Amino acid sequence: MKKPVIDAQAVDLTFQTGDGPVHALKDVNLQINKGDFVSFIGPSGCGKTTFLRCIAGLETPTGGKLTVNGISPEEARKSRAYGYVFQAAGLYPWRTIAGNIKLPLEIMEFPKADQEKRVEKVLELVDLKGFGKKYPWQLSGGMQQRASIARALAFDAEILLMDEPFGALDEIVRDKLNEEVLRLWAATNKTIGFVTHSIPEAVYLSTKIVVMSPRPGRITDVIDSPLPKERPLEIRDTPEFIEIAHRVRDGLRAGHDL
Amino acid sequence: MNKIVPVLTVLAVLIVIWYAAAVKMNSTWTFDQAERAGTEVSFSELVTDTMSQTRPLLPAPHQIATELWKTTVEKKITSKRSMIYQGSITLKTTLLGFGFGIVIGIALATVIVLSRVGRLTLMPWAIISQTIPIVALAPIIVVLSNAAGTGTLMVPKAIIAAYLSFYPVLVSMVKGLSSPDQMQLDLLKTYGASQRDVFWKLRLPSSMPYFFASLKVSVAAAFVGAVVAELSTSAIAGLGARMLIGSQFGEPMIMWAALFAAAILAAILIFLVGGFEKLARYMMGGRAV
Ligand SMILES: Nc1ncnc2c1ncn2[C@@H]1O[C@H](COP(=O)(O)OP(=O)(O)OP(=O)(O)O)[C@@H](O)[C@H]1O
Ligand SMILES: [Mg+2]
Repeated sequence: MKKPVIDAQAVDLTFQTGDGPVHALKDVNLQINKGDFVSFIGPSGCGKTTFLRCIAGLETPTGGKLTVNGISPEEARKSRAYGYVFQAAGLYPWRTIAGNIKLPLEIMEFPKADQEKRVEKVLELVDLKGFGKKYPWQLSGGMQQRASIARALAFDAEILLMDEPFGALDEIVRDKLNEEVLRLWAATNKTIGFVTHSIPEAVYLSTKIVVMSPRPGRITDVIDSPLPKERPLEIRDTPEFIEIAHRVRDGLRAGHDL
Repeated sequence: MNKIVPVLTVLAVLIVIWYAAAVKMNSTWTFDQAERAGTEVSFSELVTDTMSQTRPLLPAPHQIATELWKTTVEKKITSKRSMIYQGSITLKTTLLGFGFGIVIGIALATVIVLSRVGRLTLMPWAIISQTIPIVALAPIIVVLSNAAGTGTLMVPKAIIAAYLSFYPVLVSMVKGLSSPDQMQLDLLKTYGASQRDVFWKLRLPSSMPYFFASLKVSVAAAFVGAVVAELSTSAIAGLGARMLIGSQFGEPMIMWAALFAAAILAAILIFLVGGFEKLARYMMGGRAV
């Protein structure tokens, strides 16, 4: 049997805060295989961000076992196993778009000539060819977010973690970027973890949808999508799509009733 | 153009008030003289006289302008009476102090932001340092730097200027270096960045807008420090010294001309620093403003 890229077994995380402990993750079990596109969906405060941060080694679980590529998230982080995309693009205003994409490459000490080549390549991947010399403020919000995805792709990490990357964008731009992410995913065959609040977005993108619920944050349902890998936007009107969306909504509702 | 009109209006009003005040304040002398001579003074005589006294209580604007013209354009630059000469000494002190102030401010801010120990030990002292009046410290600084064998008066004067000018840089840089938020720090962490990378690639560039904003305040502080240093170290050269000499020897013209020369020099400095700030912002990818 194939070994999962990300393997969470009974992961638990409690934050000690000023007004008592917060149980952010409780008994989370999840296996993510290579090439999976996994969406995390659930109401605010259910631990989606926290779980993603655990995978990224930015947060340490207080219980259970979590491995990335068979090693600890901490070690995986050090071996540059993933690129992380935050909700805000977080581009440096004092660097050009190309300069921003070079940031991880400089830190990871890629050779200069290679840096240029990689920047060109990822700019093309996210459809920003020719914008390398622009500064972030000269780009729209959607373009900035694409640049931040390019930045996460530049160093060829095999896992891409995205926390509500399109949360602040309007529906039309979002649709376009969703298509683009799918294209990207098909082109690079990366394993993707994607946090969203939108049911259509989750269903459209994912091969696996993880439904979560809060207090304490836990997984209530894991749905394996039967949709084909090739997904035009119109697929959202097919009965299969609507059925999965239904199941996700039911899962979310069930979590709320508890 | 829109900006110029209000400025000029205020200036015109000030000048009118000034002339009125000059007439009023200098009239005592005119009346005294007239009484001694046993003559009457008409209003027009009063106005002419109050504006052409050699030692007026309050010189009229055009008198100061004339004096400034004489001591800048007409005097040889090497002459002790040249305001350009005196100003260049003050300028040298200011720039030295400004330079030291920047270096000290940045260095202290770096230590404060990067180490908890530094934050706990240095910050309180930096604040206390600014509560001690510089005038009280100036003589001590002179004595100490003499004892240390620095020879010239330039060193203690520059120290005094730096003493005032490092603080705005320090405060702004502490704020600037700690301005990156958690998300930006986390992002670098996902790249496996070292503390050095975080400092050079994130903290330092993020702090630059704060740094530039502090420069204007800092250069003004350095200038005040330089003048105060000249006033309080019994210096014989520099605009501060000229002001002191003017007041001690009853030469109001020298005093006022030195004061205005100082104001003009300060304005030029701030203007230049402001220009540098704009340029630097532009080079760092900012929008043109
Ligand atoms: N650093 C922290 N310290 C203390 N509590 C935290 C911390 N981070 C998250 N929490 C708490 O953990 C819970 C889960 O937070 P998390 O950010 O993972 O939710 P989320 O599902 O991403 O929500 P959203 O959809 O609003 O982004 C929340 O109750 C939150 O208050
Ligand atoms: Mg979140």
